[in-house]
Amino acid sequence: MKALLELSNVGMAFDTPKGQFEALKDVNLKIDAGEFVSLIGHSGCGKSTVLNIVAGLLQATDGGVILDKHEVTEPGPERAVVFQNHSLLPWLTAFENVELAVKQVFRKTKSKAEIREWVEHNLELVHMAHAMHKKPDEISGGMKQRVGIARALAMQPQVLLMDEPFGALDALTRAHLQDSLMDIHAQLGTTVIMITHDVDEAVLLSDRIVMMTNGPSATIGEILDVTLPRPRDRLALADDPTFVRCRQQVLQFLYEKQRKVEPLPKRSDSSAEATRKRA
Amino acid sequence: MVTLTFPTWMEPYRALATGKITGDQWRNLLRQLILPVLGMAAFLLLWQLAAQRIDTSLGQFPGPVDVWEQAGALVEEHQASRAKEAAFHERQEKYIASRLEQQPEWQPVYRDYTGAPTFFDQIGTSLITVMSGFLLASLIAIPMGIVIGLSSTAHAAMNPLIQLFKPVSPLAWLPLVTMVVSALYVTDDPLVAKSFLTSMFTVSLCCLWPTLMNTSVGVTSVSQDLTNVSRVLRLNALSHVRKIVLPSALPMMFTGLRLSLGIAWMVLIAAEMLAQNPGLGKFVWDEFQNGSSQSLGRIMVAVIVIGLIGFLLDRLMLMLQRALVWDKASVQR
Repeated sequence: MKALLELSNVGMAFDTPKGQFEALKDVNLKIDAGEFVSLIGHSGCGKSTVLNIVAGLLQATDGGVILDKHEVTEPGPERAVVFQNHSLLPWLTAFENVELAVKQVFRKTKSKAEIREWVEHNLELVHMAHAMHKKPDEISGGMKQRVGIARALAMQPQVLLMDEPFGALDALTRAHLQDSLMDIHAQLGTTVIMITHDVDEAVLLSDRIVMMTNGPSATIGEILDVTLPRPRDRLALADDPTFVRCRQQVLQFLYEKQRKVEPLPKRSDSSAEATRKRA
Repeated sequence: MVTLTFPTWMEPYRALATGKITGDQWRNLLRQLILPVLGMAAFLLLWQLAAQRIDTSLGQFPGPVDVWEQAGALVEEHQASRAKEAAFHERQEKYIASRLEQQPEWQPVYRDYTGAPTFFDQIGTSLITVMSGFLLASLIAIPMGIVIGLSSTAHAAMNPLIQLFKPVSPLAWLPLVTMVVSALYVTDDPLVAKSFLTSMFTVSLCCLWPTLMNTSVGVTSVSQDLTNVSRVLRLNALSHVRKIVLPSALPMMFTGLRLSLGIAWMVLIAAEMLAQNPGLGKFVWDEFQNGSSQSLGRIMVAVIVIGLIGFLLDRLMLMLQRALVWDKASVQR
């Protein structure tokens, strides 16, 4: 089976006053339809850059991304993004925020009534039907993020891109949203790429966890298959040996193999280590 | 039992009336009522004391009481003028009716009343002029601000001009505007007076800058996240401006509009005074030239009215801002 999304030799170099900075190098990844993939790595390793390149918000300086036989050259609703800080338009209600996206994507194919219905359907999907006429200022952070997810889902994307979607939320809200996301994924079979810092979250939600090495010239270090059966239950998984093993492996990668060496002068050591690993 | 609900600001007065007043409510009462009244009283007292000591060639400088009397006089003059006008129209109607009875084929000629404008007529003229000038300025400044905010090329091209013209006083523009209007606005049947156009253009030229600057800053500072949303949705340029940029920039735009209206009002009075164009400024100048013993009192009435109208215009903009802007935190007093 041909992969839905393919990143081949993606590299990214930024021009800085001190010369070129190579953020990403040789990122190769194939993702099948319906897969849930997490990108994990230390901050500054270029996870967001990878996601932005897939989204089309950034142009790779090397290599490219192919989605369903088409090269990605610009952003578009078939690669909907859930941004870290919700990015809802503050002057519109939840309904209007989703409506803006739906009108943009389906204005030629759906009637007025169908558009309205589709907006409501997607807000129900994220359990926001009760507050859909409230503005972002009037709802909690978790609710805003739900609306952000509804807006992205309403575009019926081929790939849903999530940039640390739950990073700014408290632990309880985060757990709620993770469960919601699992339900939605099971229901719709959407292909998802999610950036996270949270090892438990990655293991709980993903089919595969893509672990990235530290920058500069960051790339994919290891890929872990999470074979846990779905639906997954966070309580039951707590002592599940597979869950514990997966978690262990990711932690090992992050804190042993890719230990972030903090004092900046020593940074060259860590990149040397990273280079050795790749070789 | 009937329970009356009071607006929050009335709460201290209710408490005072019933005798159950708390410390906080005393403090509120002090801030809302007692201190402003004390400030006003102190001002009136100082004014009266100072006025008694200033002798001008037009007599003693008017104190609060003189000014109050002059305000009354101006109202009376206005009423008298209106009565005269009504009488004039009545006479004209009667004359036309009686003449038509005698010769039905006669085409009646209606004439306008030609009395001198009263103080209140001048207020009306000034208000119409300031609003026209302000609207014209906004119509130019908002689109231009959006373009400058969106395009760094436009910004680079326009910025030196803006910096150059922004600090120019209205008085410097006035002769140029007057001459240009006289040269270009040549018509036998003018829709509006030349003086109106001169005042309006001068006001526009001076008050468009704050709106222009604030709009462009508001547009430039649209958050990157919202721009990304727009890109993912593939909004075209027009929708991007309408759905993302304009609403984002609206709070800043209103800050600019409020500043512009304030400037417009100040500029207008100066322009009317210098150019002898109808309005409150002309009223002040005429009184000054007139030089009767009441002139200073009448000018003082005009000063207070100008201040009051400026304040009301600002409140009007504030109300509009409160009603239209989504970001309530951006609405300052």
